[in-house]
Amino acid sequence: MADHAHDDDTPEALRTEALETLLREKGVVDAATIDAVIRVYEEDVGPLNGAKVVARAWIDPAYRARLLADGTRAIAELGFAGPQGEHMVVVENTPTVHNVVVCTLCSCYPWPVLGLPPSWYKDPAYRSRVVRAPRALLAEMGLALDETVDIRVWDSSAEVRYLVLPERPTGTEHLGEGELAALVTRDTMIGVAKVKASS
Amino acid sequence: MNGIHDVGGMDGFGAVVVEPNEPVFHHAWEGRVFALASLALGRGLATADAFRHAIERLPPTAYLGSSYYARWLAAVERLVVEGGVATPAEVRAGRAATTAPVALPGGAIAALRHVDRPPRFAVGERVRARNVHPVGHTRLPRYARGRRGTIALVHPAWVFPDTNAHGLGENPEHVYAVCFTARELWGDEADGHATVHVDLFESYLEHG
Repeated sequence: MADHAHDDDTPEALRTEALETLLREKGVVDAATIDAVIRVYEEDVGPLNGAKVVARAWIDPAYRARLLADGTRAIAELGFAGPQGEHMVVVENTPTVHNVVVCTLCSCYPWPVLGLPPSWYKDPAYRSRVVRAPRALLAEMGLALDETVDIRVWDSSAEVRYLVLPERPTGTEHLGEGELAALVTRDTMIGVAKVKASS
Repeated sequence: MNGIHDVGGMDGFGAVVVEPNEPVFHHAWEGRVFALASLALGRGLATADAFRHAIERLPPTAYLGSSYYARWLAAVERLVVEGGVATPAEVRAGRAATTAPVALPGGAIAALRHVDRPPRFAVGERVRARNVHPVGHTRLPRYARGRRGTIALVHPAWVFPDTNAHGLGENPEHVYAVCFTARELWGDEADGHATVHVDLFESYLEHG
């Protein structure tokens, strides 16, 4: 798509077009593959994958045990793997332990289960404060945790990618796997929100 | 390096702003930069470590003044020149001066490695993150340096970013999730029911 940026003449758009043209002429990339990569992350890979993992763990205790013991392998059982998912660790929220994930140094995030991260996850405001004052920050983001709840912040400073297994809300005993997955949002799997019984 | 990217514990960035129903990419160019970077790294333009370091080397004002994918764009522009793929003039012009395709080494971005030696530390062991300030790339955040914690998880081994980012070899090492209490990191005023788990390479740690 050589005309992709013609409706956008910001410096970034123009520099991107120049870089793409240059790298295509150099034989490093081709337009069709670029289009395909964008399509994958816009359409195929996203938090719906992680929601399926969570819902399965809620209804299948054996799967939950496998997921907590070897996240990468259990996630692969549902067909999810790929870049930024070489080694995934799943941490479980309980009434007394709350996990929340960050990457203070850049933006590391488990792409195969959550897709690409939202802007706030990549912004210094979140990265700087969640390690320093997690309870206050979570409260500001709408998640009030009792002061006796242990907060575990996971700074993904190496190549491990963390996924939070949120608590299954009460009042969902009658729901099937698909209905449960529909309740599970991206933010609950980062650890900045709790799953609500109705979406 | 003690760069602007290492923001853990800093003040002054304001409230977290959550955009409802945020699109994956806000502008078409962002998606193309993401794909360009992913594909060029996959072709061997640079390692993921070198790519991260290229972002960290942006001047602090440029880092903070740029959107996320604008940082990626600047990093790829820089790596294309540093890797000898194109000249600065070619990057500015957006045209290749010669028609010869460039040879890139290829290779995978995956950085997980097997090492024969057993992990040096075990779960539950007390450790101290070294108080070091390397001028190159490192994944030891400033806020953890010199602090004492406990090994929570023993992870597999990965290539060592501090050397791999600079073309000085993969030197794979085990990685550990080290649990630091908030009070160890931030002082007695900090939350007594909060911990921060930081994933640290073996050579960042000493017994302690």
